[in-house]
Amino acid sequence: MALIEVHEISKVYSLGDIAVHALSSVSLSMEKGEFIAIMGQSGSGKSTFMNILGCLDKPSSGQYLLEGIDVGRLDRDELADIRNRKIGFVFQGFNLLRRTSALENVELPMLYSGVPAKDRRQRASEALKVVGLAGRENHYTNQLSGGQQQRVAIARAIVNEAPIIFADEPTGNLDTKTSVEIMELFVKLNAESKITVILVTHEPDIAAFSKRVIKFLDGRVISDERVAKA
Amino acid sequence: MINIPSTIKISLRSLKVNKMRSGLTMLGIVIGVGAVIAMLAVGSGARQRISAQISSMGSNLMIILPGATTSGGVRMGMGTQPTLSMADAEAIPKECPAVQSVAPIHNGVAQIIYGSLNWSTGVVGTTPNMLEVRDWALSAGRSFTAEDVRSASKVALLGQTVVENLFGSVNPVGQNIRIKNVPFTVIGVLGEKGQSPNGQDQDDTIYIPVTTAQKKLFGASFPGMVRIIMVKAKGADDLLPAEKQITELLRQRHHIGQKQDDDFSVRNLTQMMQAAEQSTKVMTLLLGAIASVSLLVGGIGIMNIMLVSVTERTREIGIRMAIGAKTWDIRLQFIIEALILSLIGGIFGIIIGITGSQVLSMLAGWPTIVSAASILMSFSFSGLTGIFFGYYPAHKASLLDPIEALRYE
Repeated sequence: MALIEVHEISKVYSLGDIAVHALSSVSLSMEKGEFIAIMGQSGSGKSTFMNILGCLDKPSSGQYLLEGIDVGRLDRDELADIRNRKIGFVFQGFNLLRRTSALENVELPMLYSGVPAKDRRQRASEALKVVGLAGRENHYTNQLSGGQQQRVAIARAIVNEAPIIFADEPTGNLDTKTSVEIMELFVKLNAESKITVILVTHEPDIAAFSKRVIKFLDGRVISDERVAKA
Repeated sequence: MINIPSTIKISLRSLKVNKMRSGLTMLGIVIGVGAVIAMLAVGSGARQRISAQISSMGSNLMIILPGATTSGGVRMGMGTQPTLSMADAEAIPKECPAVQSVAPIHNGVAQIIYGSLNWSTGVVGTTPNMLEVRDWALSAGRSFTAEDVRSASKVALLGQTVVENLFGSVNPVGQNIRIKNVPFTVIGVLGEKGQSPNGQDQDDTIYIPVTTAQKKLFGASFPGMVRIIMVKAKGADDLLPAEKQITELLRQRHHIGQKQDDDFSVRNLTQMMQAAEQSTKVMTLLLGAIASVSLLVGGIGIMNIMLVSVTERTREIGIRMAIGAKTWDIRLQFIIEALILSLIGGIFGIIIGITGSQVLSMLAGWPTIVSAASILMSFSFSGLTGIFFGYYPAHKASLLDPIEALRYE
């Protein structure tokens, strides 16, 4: 069974009388442990696709199976639960809570899954150790550099042992050197923890870290290539 | 599954992050709760003072005053015509079943001399029943008797204020004093009564037998005349029947025809005081109601700030939703925030209310009583306010679309 299977999914937005087809009949399948880059220009539908895969949005038509679960049939709270347990998000703008410590930010997903306070603390510090931020648990997010903030976000994404990480332009706000460090962290998580990483980017340099590149144009998949690594 | 302790923790964290705003929002509730408690304290203080005064006057009390004289077209005012007599006073308890006890009064102002000290005060000539009518106990010595009244003995009971001014620390019982230069023996001291409802010192008085007052001190325009008759009814329910019975009896005794007006008037003191107590009760409710308006305004303040807060924290809500917060997680977070704000505000309000009423007592001299019920009521009301006004913003937050919320700048 594939980790992610989409059949003929479409997304149509209606702006007044005009129907905008953000996605048209996309079918794909992704296996556990893959490292995938989704590429395309803005307006190509890649972000819409990500939102649907990330259970933040539902397709207008078509079927999306996540670990065999038909996500389209779930209600708002069931989707929230899927996001909580199966999916970790890493965003371009980090999206950490302000004036909150790194540790508390990483604890957040566990607050919503009912992990006892003592375990939360321990697991959050372990996750921070994994992303290389040991000793910075009590720093507030605004005291951290961009790269460090993105590491906190990655720690938050992995702390609930979610099998999938969705990273939406994770290096968009970072300089080249830091971008490479962050990408290497994703590679490490993918290799060592077998976490499936799905990356949205428009930079070929960043996409080069992945093992499979899917390109979008005008709401359709135009290419899907596995990259042979040396 | 909603994890309440975690949600409380989340709410506390966000309140801590916005300290200034949380404080200002709380202020509305602090003032509201404080005002409710202080106003109720002022009201119940006033009520208690009035009831204390009522009981100090004696319960179920009525007074009968003689009618007004008309002299050459000039109406002289109530009490100027000597229409009440000792015989009236004796007839009332016999003929009126609703009356428990009656005391006639023939009084005047006189100078009292003891040794080298003197003091002017009201001298009340009455019968031994007076002590029962006024619910007044002696603190020393004995009362005068019916025999003393019959023989017009020169004996006196002194009020506490008179004792203080003339005797100081000397025991007055058995001492001789002179009233209007007539020698009297002090046989008893009246217990302390304090102020009357209209602010008079009830302890500044001397009781002597009514006959002695008539014959030896103040004279009487005709024998056996009294100025006032005080009446104690058997119970609170007997006040109105007693008034009716007395009026009928006195009209009959004074030979007043059907078309003529009464030559006396019966005043129901206890009822007047109860009316005053009732109006204080109404005033307390009114003050409380006005103060609750400020609590309501405080609640609207919470709603206002929570709505702003929801808009301002749209992105935070989006993040929380993206990482797995469910509808009720978000909703409860904001409701609990509002609840915590209002409850902490309530606690400060209680402190402010209690200190405020003490300051009022000190500065304005008003008696205040902070009741446990008023604290409990305003505190739980503040909690309800928080939940009520927090619900709408919380509901609004929980319905946000996570994608829109994440994009919000």
